[in-house]
Amino acid sequence: MAINAKTISETELFYGHKACAGCGGSLAVRIALKVLGENAVAVLPAGCMSAVGFNFPQLCFGNNAIISTFAGTASMLTGVEAGLRAQGITDFHAVGFAGDGGTADIGLQALSGAIDRNDDILYICYDNEAYMNTGIQKSSLTPFGARTTTTPAGKNIRGNLRPKKNLFEIVAAHGIPYAATASVGYLNDFMRKVEKAKQIKGTKYIHILAPCPTGWGVKTDETVEIAKEVVDCGLWYLAEYENGDFTLNHRPKEFSDVSAYLRRQSRFKHLTDVDIEIITRSRDKKWEFINQNFK
Amino acid sequence: MKPFLRDFVPTSYKDIPDATAYEAGYLVTKNAGWRNIRPVIDNTKCVGCLNCYLYCPDGVIFREGSKINIDYDFCKGCGICSKICKPGAIKMEAEK
Ligand SMILES: Cc1ncc(C[n+]2csc(CCOP(=O)(O)OP(=O)(O)O)c2C)c(N)n1
Ligand code: SF4
Ligand code: SF4
Ligand code: SF4
Ligand SMILES: [Mg+2]
Repeated sequence: MAINAKTISETELFYGHKACAGCGGSLAVRIALKVLGENAVAVLPAGCMSAVGFNFPQLCFGNNAIISTFAGTASMLTGVEAGLRAQGITDFHAVGFAGDGGTADIGLQALSGAIDRNDDILYICYDNEAYMNTGIQKSSLTPFGARTTTTPAGKNIRGNLRPKKNLFEIVAAHGIPYAATASVGYLNDFMRKVEKAKQIKGTKYIHILAPCPTGWGVKTDETVEIAKEVVDCGLWYLAEYENGDFTLNHRPKEFSDVSAYLRRQSRFKHLTDVDIEIITRSRDKKWEFINQNFK
Repeated sequence: MKPFLRDFVPTSYKDIPDATAYEAGYLVTKNAGWRNIRPVIDNTKCVGCLNCYLYCPDGVIFREGSKINIDYDFCKGCGICSKICKPGAIKMEAEK
């Protein structure tokens, strides 16, 4: 039976943590651990989820969890998996929860190596589109136009100049057994993907968009709504890569308004109509590609 | 099935383990003081869909028999549960 609100395990494994009210990343970690169960061994690099989960002497994880170096999520997962296997332990899931900076920037080499070795690990990137724990700096997953402390919005430059890196397809290009995108606005889809990844041997990667009210400039009660809206307006999509094929899991009947999505967040407040036109055109181009290449 | 607030708070050297934390899920501090507003459930309007429980980032909503309840020790008052509840069974009220 499919996992949903009524069938998911009632055990809470990420509880009492110190994430800001309404944190999307903490929702992703909480739900993934409920699906994986208490035999999950979690690895968290520097970033919000380690900062809010480990507050000595308090450990907000109900399962085994360890902090890795910022760059080393995937290599520590490799070590955890090999170490437990060497001790004859088989009933566990090595799972990593790393941010967008920890994944697409500094941790990319370690992730690429682990995929190349096809280590039996699940890597989950919770993407809040900036280095949040150190005060909102741009990462390569920050979208075009977003204001961060390192991509300010002024007279000459209006936020981030570069597009969001296409990490899902970069990971897929390794020929990984399983990769998927997700959003905390669509948890049934995310739970299904974690459950699926749990059954697959080899390297699995799930990229979940997880809004950060603090860094995005939205109210704490808007996290889930905005995580839905980004999918509904076509700036994010729910997809899977398996056995060499891309599959689209959700096709909005018609896209909701891109500018409505952008304008409600203070990180995009400065954008001009021309900027929004650029964003809309790049969305349409992306969907042309999806329509041609995804099942 | 849900962690809870412990009475014993390790403080001295001999209490403190040689690790990055105490045992898994051992909670010694509340988050209750973060709230300005608190969710209040009207169980007569609740249809039991459990969406509030699923989408709560802190996992503090739980089933108690046929009713829904909230662990106010750890609820931060974000308001997500209230927004997601279609029948409008959760109201946010000012903390006194
Ligand atoms: C090698 C190294 N460089 C820099 C840091 C400082 N640092 C800690 S957390 C963090 C930001 C992490 O951003 P991201 O991975 O996106 O996670 P988030 O905080 O957004 O959850 C940085 C730069 C560090 N801990 N180690
Ligand atoms: S800064 Fe953002 S990602 Fe970090 S804990 Fe707060 S809401 Fe979550
Ligand atoms: S979302 Fe509303 S109706 Fe559904 S279980 Fe929660 S309180 Fe009840
Ligand atoms: S206000 Fe936020 S933390 Fe409190 S129960 Fe509702 S969703 Fe959970
Ligand atoms: Mg981040």
